[in-house]
Amino acid sequence: MHLNRQMQLIENNETALNCGRPWDEISAYHRVILALPPATQHRRLVATGPIPPSCDILSMHERLPSNRRVRVNSGIPANKMATPIDRTAKRVVLTVQDYSLFAHRAVMNLFRPPRYGSEFLIQADIIGVGSAFIVLLSGFFTGGVLALQSAATLSEFGANGLTGRFVGLTMIRELGPVLTGVMVAGRNASSMASELGSMVVTEQIDAMRALGVDPMRKLVTPRLFACISMLFFLTILADAFGILGGGFVTVVMNHQDGFQYFSTAWESLRYPDIVQGLVKPLFSGFIIASIGCFFGMRTSGGTQGVGRATIQAVVFSSVSIIIADFLLTQVLLSLLARA
Amino acid sequence: MNQTNSASEPDPALPGLSQPGLTQAGPIQSGTAPALAAGPVVAFHNVSIAFDGPPVLQDISFSVAPGETRILLGPAGVGKSVLLKLVNGLLRPDEGSILLFGDEISKMPEERLFPLRTRTGMVFQEGALFDSLTVRDNVAYQLIQEQVPDEEIDRRVHEALSFVELDQTFSLYPDSLSGGMRRRVAIARALIRQPELILYDSPTGGLDPVTSTTIIELVMKERDVYRTPSILVTHRLQDAFTLSTHRFDPDQGSMVPLPQGHADPNTTYLMLEEGRLIFDGSIHELVHTDNKFVREFLQ
Repeated sequence: MHLNRQMQLIENNETALNCGRPWDEISAYHRVILALPPATQHRRLVATGPIPPSCDILSMHERLPSNRRVRVNSGIPANKMATPIDRTAKRVVLTVQDYSLFAHRAVMNLFRPPRYGSEFLIQADIIGVGSAFIVLLSGFFTGGVLALQSAATLSEFGANGLTGRFVGLTMIRELGPVLTGVMVAGRNASSMASELGSMVVTEQIDAMRALGVDPMRKLVTPRLFACISMLFFLTILADAFGILGGGFVTVVMNHQDGFQYFSTAWESLRYPDIVQGLVKPLFSGFIIASIGCFFGMRTSGGTQGVGRATIQAVVFSSVSIIIADFLLTQVLLSLLARA
Repeated sequence: MNQTNSASEPDPALPGLSQPGLTQAGPIQSGTAPALAAGPVVAFHNVSIAFDGPPVLQDISFSVAPGETRILLGPAGVGKSVLLKLVNGLLRPDEGSILLFGDEISKMPEERLFPLRTRTGMVFQEGALFDSLTVRDNVAYQLIQEQVPDEEIDRRVHEALSFVELDQTFSLYPDSLSGGMRRRVAIARALIRQPELILYDSPTGGLDPVTSTTIIELVMKERDVYRTPSILVTHRLQDAFTLSTHRFDPDQGSMVPLPQGHADPNTTYLMLEEGRLIFDGSIHELVHTDNKFVREFLQ
């Protein structure tokens, strides 16, 4: 019954085990003994040398004396074994499930005491005030680029006067929220993941739990709500500076009428545009903080793990913001008909 | 496996030092388990846990009586820290039950565990101090959460830091402290609310012998002055035996050896091998055991 089983050495296939004879030299019977858990072993056998890719041993898990772990499958026929695709799919589903539970808990904590108001203010300062400069800079120059590009195109149709309308609507409906989200994700999702990740690997999170404090309430929920609220205001800032940047380019570089630029920008605005532009940052804020904290709190593998968590947080939050923006635009456009 | 030892006469195998003039009345019986009348502070029943692989701990059963200090021995990577984290619910077992202060915690929701954890103190392997907070805020962490007035906090922090003889570090940050000082601050943090159980996770790991002795003296002081039950994880036999063969003398303000062959009756031993509990008993039983692994470990 122990034939045709596969054994795989995690880490690599060429490690030498402690002592004894090479794997190739020991009999199938001894391999069976080796595969049994320590308590059931009649005597201790240890093999040396590279482990062959497949080996006739009984299905069991075994921790070898070198602390190299050998995994032996559980007797499932090879054609029914989980493929790498299966395992990846399961891991993805499990991660999504964990994230959903994590985000749900983080939100629900707001409705149950204790609440950490001072932590919220600290995080609001770090996220809001700390990100203001990069947001207004990126907003200003994005508005400027929009004005440059649109003026060049609109002049072909003799519609230079519509630059303000073009820049204003694009900034408020689309670029302001998305740009702010991506900028804040780069700055704050990474800092949340690395800060919480470092706390995890240095056992500070465990220490907090051991001291009777819920890290979800103390660390995650304040970051989540601070990020949502601050992203709202940062987006307004980005919109304003984007329109200003466009105005600067229109007046100083394109030598057009500034009054016309600002009045067309203002007159073309409708409430649905503003609502659309201000609903998106609420979702972006949620995405940034929840993903940043999620990857931070599940960090493992020491300092390397912290680096990995930081990268994952930035990548996943940035991509999620853009995907969410697409979906939200679809929904909001159908809900908020523009007069 | 749980023993009640009987050795009333001094044990010549113990590495105790001869020291006349002990203040304690009469010789201490080696390995006499403390009374269990009040019920165990901690009780494990057939506890097992695994992490994506072979079991880390299998079928672990033991208890900690009021006033008892249990020293958990075993080589590195055998599951000692995991066992300690199971005690206050930082980890959940796959099988078995764990009673903490009489409450079954293995399936208790996290929200209900927090109040229980405030009754325990835990000293982590590397101290696990919050590096963005001062020593004062680290030690007072629980008190700050409970919104205790600042004057009261300062007084109690000074008291806790004096206990570990680090009062001068009050306003410093953890990164300006040495490894030994960090452990002592961690002990002060664990003790500030006068817990009903203390868990020490390798408090002397990686420290020099002098600093290790200082830490062990603090553990002993807490054991002998406040009689707080505890579980101490270590792989250093020297520390374990020092705890058994010495007592803290409040008059001298330091530890003193018990008479030759005597051992603290409230300090008992557990030993793990490959995730299984292979020894549970007194120091007397430990040094006389026939278990091959224990003997190899002791040697």
